[in-house]
Amino acid sequence: MPEAAQSSSEDIRIEVNGEPREVAAGTSVAALLRALGLDGRTVVVELNREIVRRTEIDDMILQSEDRLELVHFVGGG
Amino acid sequence: MDKLTIAGRELDSRLIVGTGKYADPETMLRALRASGAAMVTVAVRRVDIEHPDRDDILRYLDPEEFALLPNTAGCYTAEDAVRVARMARGTGMSDWIKLEVIGDKDTLLPDTAGLLTAARELVDEGFVVLAYTNDDLVTALRLEDLGVAAVMPLVSPIGSGLGLLNPLNIRLIKSRLDVPVIVDAGVGTASDACATMEQGVDGILMNTALAEAEDPAGMATAMRLAVEAGRAAYLAGRMAKREWAVPSSPLQGIPG
Repeated sequence: MPEAAQSSSEDIRIEVNGEPREVAAGTSVAALLRALGLDGRTVVVELNREIVRRTEIDDMILQSEDRLELVHFVGGG
Repeated sequence: MDKLTIAGRELDSRLIVGTGKYADPETMLRALRASGAAMVTVAVRRVDIEHPDRDDILRYLDPEEFALLPNTAGCYTAEDAVRVARMARGTGMSDWIKLEVIGDKDTLLPDTAGLLTAARELVDEGFVVLAYTNDDLVTALRLEDLGVAAVMPLVSPIGSGLGLLNPLNIRLIKSRLDVPVIVDAGVGTASDACATMEQGVDGILMNTALAEAEDPAGMATAMRLAVEAGRAAYLAGRMAKREWAVPSSPLQGIPG
């Protein structure tokens, strides 16, 4: 994602699905999903082990060291 | 066929099928439709950030056509299973969960202590819990006591296709529980499904038997018919077994 390429003092380090990433300070969960091309999909966001409701993703601002899990339904028994 | 009702929801089929391991989505959909299933299972996994479309089952599955039953497959602790169940509910699509807490990698047999712990937590949180368990009556009774909506004993290990190994245990569980008993795992072919339904259980969940058949849709048709036949035979009440012959034709009037 573009943010990672332009690391600056305004960037914070987070973890997404186990991989480290950098995003601009003040980035919301919704903005992160947009940057990853995941907006509008059936993706569930878990932030620091708490489920983030869809209605909350615009207001939820990412903090340094946040750990996100982005999951969806796949085939399974 | 008489309807299967779980937690107040009436299903048009006693066969529930999984969506894993098919060669491609089209093959899967043909099999799901041929099975007549009204409910299908799905798993919760991380989105592949580089290829977000790749594994998204909802690109192919219409929840209006098939009710979704998310599972906690791959979880080895109660804590992980509860976490995955919350993720599944986070989709806003279902508060039903097929609870699996696995205890052993080689056999995928359940960790019954973890299963009971997770079942208690999830029932408390308002989930409709369908609990995958072994064919042990006491564990099944404990699960029912905790308030699960259905108990799902295996007839043989997940993906083994070994069929109904212990009909006595399955009949025991069915005879003692009030909640639906849905056999989950082990059925390999149509005769297994029929024999399993003849034990009186309320339904069967299967995945590998369809996905790994040479013709998944063809096997799905066979399974649909077998589940219906087994249910009908159970309801009809089979004849008593005896260890000697009894002629079916009159003994009088034999030309001679």
